Amino acid sequence: MSSITSLHTRKRVSQHVAFWIFRLTALAVVAVLVWILGFLFVNGASVISWEFLTSEPTNGMTEGGILPAIVGTLCLVAGSMLFAFPVGVLSGIYMNEYAKNGWIIRFIRMMTDNLGAIPSIVFGLFGMSLFVNALDFGDSIIAGSLTLGLLVLPIVIRTTEEALKTVDDTLRHASLALGASKFYTVCHVVLPVAMPNILTGLILAIGRVSGETAPILFTVAAYFLPKLPSSIFDQVMALPYHLYVLATSGTDLIASRRMAYGTALVLIVIVLILNICATLIRKHFTKHQAK
Amino acid sequence: MARRKLAIVNEKIAETIIRVCGWISSLTILLMVVFLFKEGAGLFSSKQVEDGYVLAVNKSNKVDHLGVENIKDIFDMEITNWKEVGGEDMDIIVFRFTDITNYVSAEQLGADFENLPQCIDSVLAANAGMIAFFPETYMPENFSGKRIDGDNITLSSFFAGTEWFPTATPAPIFGILPLFLATILVSLAAIIMAVPLALSVAIYMAELASPKVRKILKPTIELLAGIPSVVYGFFGLVVFVPMVQKAFDLPVGETALAGAIILAIMALPTIITVSEDAMRSVPRSMKEASLALGATHWQTIWKVIMPYASSGIIAAIVMGVGRAIGETMAVLMVTGNSAVIPDSLLTPVRTIPATIAAELGEAPVGGAHYQALFMLGCILFVITLLISLAANKIQSKKK
Repeated sequence: MSSITSLHTRKRVSQHVAFWIFRLTALAVVAVLVWILGFLFVNGASVISWEFLTSEPTNGMTEGGILPAIVGTLCLVAGSMLFAFPVGVLSGIYMNEYAKNGWIIRFIRMMTDNLGAIPSIVFGLFGMSLFVNALDFGDSIIAGSLTLGLLVLPIVIRTTEEALKTVDDTLRHASLALGASKFYTVCHVVLPVAMPNILTGLILAIGRVSGETAPILFTVAAYFLPKLPSSIFDQVMALPYHLYVLATSGTDLIASRRMAYGTALVLIVIVLILNICATLIRKHFTKHQAK
Repeated sequence: MARRKLAIVNEKIAETIIRVCGWISSLTILLMVVFLFKEGAGLFSSKQVEDGYVLAVNKSNKVDHLGVENIKDIFDMEITNWKEVGGEDMDIIVFRFTDITNYVSAEQLGADFENLPQCIDSVLAANAGMIAFFPETYMPENFSGKRIDGDNITLSSFFAGTEWFPTATPAPIFGILPLFLATILVSLAAIIMAVPLALSVAIYMAELASPKVRKILKPTIELLAGIPSVVYGFFGLVVFVPMVQKAFDLPVGETALAGAIILAIMALPTIITVSEDAMRSVPRSMKEASLALGATHWQTIWKVIMPYASSGIIAAIVMGVGRAIGETMAVLMVTGNSAVIPDSLLTPVRTIPATIAAELGEAPVGGAHYQALFMLGCILFVITLLISLAANKIQSKKK
């Protein structure tokens, strides 16, 4: 009897220990995030000012602001989304609504997964080889945007596919039974219902694009270019690359450290806002559906 | 009627566009293969010695071929006798094109250096132990020396070479072993740190956490995944690098260890999300059967849920490895960038992606260095593709 009790106690104790370890690790992960965010906020907050956001870097990038980098990143976000969003959504529509053959869907899905697993620096090499050299765009917004667009395609495709899957088949059947064509059904019935979820994919893709450095190193990013772009064939500065430059290869690393903190904070805030937007849209949508 | 026909035609066009877009990701991968290999393939048909230069020895010299490492050692004065590279017992005299004034006077060279080729020729002919390196434009007519720059860069010197020295003159050295080993070292160290952490968080989220706690954890992990790698790199640079330096009393803190710590944090979200999904997909009946037999929750997790979800967990770890191997900016910023074969976690290293990012900007387009970097890109592409395929395969096994 006593051996059973002791076995029982041992079981309980080991469970207790294990569960406490799990709780602590989960807490540690949250702590890491809080640490990173807190550190950047504390060090970066004093740098952020209206002037920092709206002026050009001066004095060997140790003073002034980061306006060209912000504008450059905006250009890249807009350009890459103009490419990736329509193409990705159409690709998702094809997979969920049109492709009938099982192996085709499996094959495309596998390729999309693989594309998503390829490192961003390889996209950079590819973009340089195809857009900058072969198509002769040079280091330009268009070359960088297309490279970044390809990079985030898997995100857009996958979220679109998931969003379309959640649309009830009865809606499709009802529309088809009323004599609407397949294309009409997709455009006017399925897409409007799935749109909010598709938008979260768009937002996540924007978050990714605004933070990526490796793909733009050789396709668009300028080390220092204190003027705003005038055409899509111009080089631009970009926030993530600017942070890299400030942190590792500026003219005076100690003096530019302050600017680096500010730039990092701006980047983090952009990512934070986008993530919160995505979560809110998703939440709103699931609540809406539950009704 | 005509309007209806037009509408149908329009629809057909739109549907064709949709079909074409459906194949875009497959097409992109195909294009990547074509373009990466196109740029990189030239490497093995380009000369060892820098383009546009001549490397020659005296006619009487028995040495016909020199490996890139030997060439570098000779020009660094580390090899000083021909005996060491298979020739006769004779001192090596290194002759760079700028050394010409040590051998001949300005008058002999001529006012416009018009006699330079002849001078090079006669100097080389007069010194039996000389190895000469000069631009091809000064190649003498009726050259009396013996050129030894005919060899191409070989596959074995690239894949098994132990030195990466792309700016060495006269012959750059492209041996990827130091980069490859550094990549493996940093990624493995990162995964070893990340896996226990990530799995316990995944177990916690799948089995223990209340919905309220999950609601906090889930966005936290998404946010960790969303932080740009350059921000991780910056954070690592200002926080972990000094920490590592102080903790181990090192001359520099930019080490493989600092890179591994950052990579471990970056790999966490992937491993947590995928393995949590795997644990959640364990059928309820399995869990309840175990609990009904009197097993504790912990025993159920350890003996039922983990084994059942094992393929998903392994896939998660494999994906984490893939992430770690391909990560560029964060690693570039904290590992110190020295391309030598690493002997411990506390030395500066340089990984394959970091090398590409750091050097491509300075490599002239189309040159051997450029091609070598694209070759590195090909290797990275193939490795990550295989890893991704393996992860998919493992993951789909159970389903």
